[in-house]
Amino acid sequence: METTAKKYNVSLLLTELLFILLALVFLVPFYFLLVNSVKSYSEILSDSAALPTAFQWSNYAEAWKATNFPHAFLNSFIVTVVSNILLAFLCSMSAYKMVRNNSLYNRILYIALVAAMVIPFQAIMIPLVQIVSGLGVMDTTAGLILAYLGFGAPMTVFLFHGFVKSVPIDIEEASRVDGSSPYGTFFRIVLPLMQPIIVTVIILNTLWIWNDYLMPSLILQSPELRTIPIATYSFFGQYTKQWDLALPGLVLGITPVVIFFLLMQKYIIEGIAQGSVKG
Amino acid sequence: MERSKRSRLMQQFIFVGPTSLFFFVIVLIPFFLGLYYSFTSWNGISRHVEWTGLRNYLHIFTKDPSFLNSFWFTAKFTFFGLVLTNLLGFALAYVLTRKLFTRNVLRTVYFVPHVIGGLLLGFIWQFIFVRGFASIGQATGWSFFNLPWLGTEGTAFWAIVIVFVWQNAGYLMVIYISAINNVPQSLHEASRVDGAGRMQTLRHVTIPLVMPAVTVCLFLSISWSFKLFDLNLSLTKGGPFKATESVALNIYNEAYTISRFGMGSAKAMVFFVIVAIISLLQVRATKKREVEL
Repeated sequence: METTAKKYNVSLLLTELLFILLALVFLVPFYFLLVNSVKSYSEILSDSAALPTAFQWSNYAEAWKATNFPHAFLNSFIVTVVSNILLAFLCSMSAYKMVRNNSLYNRILYIALVAAMVIPFQAIMIPLVQIVSGLGVMDTTAGLILAYLGFGAPMTVFLFHGFVKSVPIDIEEASRVDGSSPYGTFFRIVLPLMQPIIVTVIILNTLWIWNDYLMPSLILQSPELRTIPIATYSFFGQYTKQWDLALPGLVLGITPVVIFFLLMQKYIIEGIAQGSVKG
Repeated sequence: MERSKRSRLMQQFIFVGPTSLFFFVIVLIPFFLGLYYSFTSWNGISRHVEWTGLRNYLHIFTKDPSFLNSFWFTAKFTFFGLVLTNLLGFALAYVLTRKLFTRNVLRTVYFVPHVIGGLLLGFIWQFIFVRGFASIGQATGWSFFNLPWLGTEGTAFWAIVIVFVWQNAGYLMVIYISAINNVPQSLHEASRVDGAGRMQTLRHVTIPLVMPAVTVCLFLSISWSFKLFDLNLSLTKGGPFKATESVALNIYNEAYTISRFGMGSAKAMVFFVIVAIISLLQVRATKKREVEL
């Protein structure tokens, strides 16, 4: 469904050219980043806009070692995947029950969750660290995942809740009549229907968790547990203004998420449009 | 009857229990603890927590220029960030819903900055502002590129705005595109048949009908810009001389740089109240303007 049925004409051509130009401007930062990541330090300082005269690939080898990139990538990956699966799983169950069982507790819980959506992370970070260390999971991947489950619950439940309200109840009733247990009904009948919103939730939570800096910086201390943003931050602090090392480090840092986006583009863009309608 | 009641309780426990537990432990309890600490002079280490009543709050509003300054910076930043990202996002959506050959590629390009986290973007742009712009300035001779971008109060503010808009306009574009595509074609045609020009159709048909998307986009852009942290930390660290310190960064520094957890908590509570009020006002204001189809 597009808004114009008009033919292509000169004014549209000019518009198109203008927006192609603007898109090139949008890409300029990536040009600078990539081009300078393979230059020697002195060449970066003399002219950062030109193409490199020689490719110094050793920059990448050093950045790879210094950030311990495979490790950081794996940590980010584990935290993001596990948090995502648990959030989608637990919150879809809760949201479904909260819609179908309109008890006082569920109504209050829903209001509390929606209200919590406006709590900025800074308002809970100090006691959160206390609680995480009180539970004995400070400086562990499990502790970080736990924190994401709690802080991610409000928006995740909210999105699921909005979706479940539009799922007709007759199908469930039919399945109950056929002798299916409430759990079977949810997992076999309702969950498959929720697929579009599950995709949306996973996308939004992935963009948040993968890129988040503050939460892991408060919970993780050991270098071997570092996620990509934490590794990048400490690396950048060490090599500040040493652009020949810092830039390849940044390229490594953004590569996985950019690749993920290009591969999953269709779903990501649809998912975001989907999620916004539920507001 | 007794059995079915127990089974219902059991279901409720299994379905809603885990989420409730994590939410209480990670969000609700810390929030109320933070509220309690905001009335104390706790430093995060000592066993003894001294109750000081409203002293922290009085201090914030009367003796702490850094917080008020960070608040004004954030308010100003929110205003420009909100207006510019929404204008650009809507303009992109408006053009990219027309029949262009490169439409899909352009959508991808405009969206891609958003998938990179604010922390890494800040570092990337630090390089652009410090070295990249200098090179462009040398090549073109335009004074715009030779400004000390991260060095002065005024330019550093705009530096963060530029990066913020570049990062987020594409995301809002996606939401506006889906809204524009949902406007029935017949309404457009009717408006054109009635003799309205492109601009009039935009003003009287398209914009009123995409108002729900405007609500969502305003909500998102306010919440992103008001809670600005990662980008701020990596691009300017709040400098030069705390001139570009956002509220979130100010609270962070209060707690972790000078270890005043009580004061940090009080600031965080003030921050929470402001964010909550803004969100409520904004949702109410835009809900009024939406057109029912």
